Amino acid sequence: MTSPARPPTRRIAARWGTGIVALGLAVTGCGGPTGGPTGGAAGAGSANGRVTSITALDYYTDGPEHTQWGELLTTCGKSVGVTVEQTSVPGPSLLPKVLQQASSRTLPDLLMLDNPDLQQIAQTGALTPLEQYGIDSSGFAQGILSASTYEGKLYGLAPNVNTIALFYNKDMLSEAGVAVPRTWDELKAAAVGLTRPGRYGMAVDANATFEGAWQFLPFLWSAGGDEKQLATPQAAQALRLWVDLVRSGSMSRSVLNWNQSDLRDQFVAGRTAMMINGPWQISALNAATGLHWGVATIPVPQAGQTAVTPLGGEVWTVPQNASRARQQKAAQVLACLNDSTNMLALAKERYTVPSRSAVASQYAEQVPSMAAFVASVEAARARTGELGVKWPKAATGIYTAIQSALTGEQTPEEALKHAQQTATSP
Amino acid sequence: MRSRPRPAPDVTRPDSARRGVARARCRERLAQWMFIVPAAAYLLLFFGYPIVKNIVMSFQQYSITTFYTGAAPFVGLRNYSEILSSDLFSEALLTTVLFTAGSIFGQFVLGLAFALFFQRSFPLGRVLRSLLLLPWLLPLVASGTTWRWMLDADSGVVNGALRGLRLLPSGVPWLTGTSQALVSVTLINVWVGIPFNTTILYGGLQDVPTHLYEAAKLDGAGPVTTFRHVTWPLLRPVVSVVLVLDVVYTVKVLDIILTVTGGGPANATETIATLSYELSFRQFEFGRGAAMSTVLVVVSLVFALVYLRANRRAQSG
Repeated sequence: MTSPARPPTRRIAARWGTGIVALGLAVTGCGGPTGGPTGGAAGAGSANGRVTSITALDYYTDGPEHTQWGELLTTCGKSVGVTVEQTSVPGPSLLPKVLQQASSRTLPDLLMLDNPDLQQIAQTGALTPLEQYGIDSSGFAQGILSASTYEGKLYGLAPNVNTIALFYNKDMLSEAGVAVPRTWDELKAAAVGLTRPGRYGMAVDANATFEGAWQFLPFLWSAGGDEKQLATPQAAQALRLWVDLVRSGSMSRSVLNWNQSDLRDQFVAGRTAMMINGPWQISALNAATGLHWGVATIPVPQAGQTAVTPLGGEVWTVPQNASRARQQKAAQVLACLNDSTNMLALAKERYTVPSRSAVASQYAEQVPSMAAFVASVEAARARTGELGVKWPKAATGIYTAIQSALTGEQTPEEALKHAQQTATSP
Repeated sequence: MRSRPRPAPDVTRPDSARRGVARARCRERLAQWMFIVPAAAYLLLFFGYPIVKNIVMSFQQYSITTFYTGAAPFVGLRNYSEILSSDLFSEALLTTVLFTAGSIFGQFVLGLAFALFFQRSFPLGRVLRSLLLLPWLLPLVASGTTWRWMLDADSGVVNGALRGLRLLPSGVPWLTGTSQALVSVTLINVWVGIPFNTTILYGGLQDVPTHLYEAAKLDGAGPVTTFRHVTWPLLRPVVSVVLVLDVVYTVKVLDIILTVTGGGPANATETIATLSYELSFRQFEFGRGAAMSTVLVVVSLVFALVYLRANRRAQSG
């Protein structure tokens, strides 16, 4: 979903922690004759014995979300005869934790990753390809498969995915007599028409983080631009749209400093009539009394074009592990998470889109409010689909360019030329 | 540290006695070492090791893969040449200098003013002085987030007040203007730093003997003359210590900038510290991030040496 900032890793401290304990034991002569490696498999079924429990790590720390996943993991575990011990850490500390576990060889049996991070972790060799477990990956949308594939091998599967779309305040649109915009020109006109004192027509996340880059991608891609080659007229056209929205006064300059939660707060408070955001905000929007909102696919440059949006969502992987039997069990649980019934149930609970195309269309029929997202996910592209592990560099280039252009420091063309240099620097 | 004067060896004593003295001296030396070892071990483990590790890392190609495979090939000075040659570095260095100089000027002047103010006794003086410590007690992320709301260009309370007073009908783009953002984070950092400056300077003022003030008064010196010729010279040693600590604390400020502007808009508030964080923990270029923090360590070290010298002067003076 989002790309969180990461706090310092505690790897060094952890290593020293164990070092000091070991030193203490050595000094006091209390080491004992046991020795031997412990590691992640501790206490939960030995390598040659029957596996009775496996561990899982994710970043679903929020109340309902944590419970929903916990229940699904338990159910799936039961169906293959293991209990699943679920650990959830806050989003920003997931990757540092994974790196720490990778260096101490204590990775969990089942690991959840944000999809743009998968290739980087797969590159280290810490994950196992899923084909060796005979997992069926047919029928999945192409976008999520490309995010989960590294050097031709599939390393993860996501039960459901998400993307971003245009949220609008129905009351404000009808009061201003504005139709839901479909093209960029309509978007600009609608944003101007919806702007009032104390209220802006439109809002995007132009933050100086990966979130800003993620929100810009649908505009870049729909215009025919490409993250591989940023210094193009198409990319400049997309960036100019954002600049024009700010210049015309129909989008706040503060978008430079807003993240996606800020956008939601502005929208709920009635200070913006439209915003770009994702389905994970829906429960908060539903909780706001008196707010009548609708959602549409992101406007495109010309009528009749299809919006290409970035694919969000978390993939489940099976890390390298000393015990083959545990890996097998973990893979069976992973397959269970991704079966059609479970993905449909999960999608309904969490306002996300099932990642199997057939299930997704069934879902769109059953939950019409999600139709815009289902349609967008169909054509959605993975952020790492083209650049792979080089994506973070390009993303840095993109959000810097957005900031330079929106502040007026540089023209969109200059800013993107600079972004291209950042993206391709060694 | 000054060692205790040792008793001079007594040549008139017989051999056995001399041996006893030697043994006692040996035991004493052992005891001295035993006192040093815990502190030394602590310093080596928690200060020495991380710094050495950081310096080693700055000469390596240290990426995500290193965490799993352990392979971190040495690349010589490549990390340094890359960070030093990027145009962002000189920009960030300038920002760091402006941010540090601005913060310290504000913190020190206001801190000194508050310290002088609270030196007089008046009703509620003590309560107010302890309230002044509040910014110091709040978690920086919490106060940073609050400042971010307050300085929001459209709905922030600061612009609201400016508009309400009809001073600036359009408001100030506190966090979204490229030149204003640096001023804003500097002002926030001044606010954070005032308690520290006030506390230390207030302590220094307490050490100025009151009879000197009385003497100055008898000589007919006004408040300005008293400050120039009595307070300031006697406060000098404390002042230099405060200033150097201010530099070391300000150069490494990360949390305020990250929560308030995230280095933006358009890198306007990107300092060496935030760049180092970004390289290491957003782009996972740990080698280059380490090189950047080594630069930071060197800057802090220079000022730490200045501090040590100032400290020595303060002790002897």
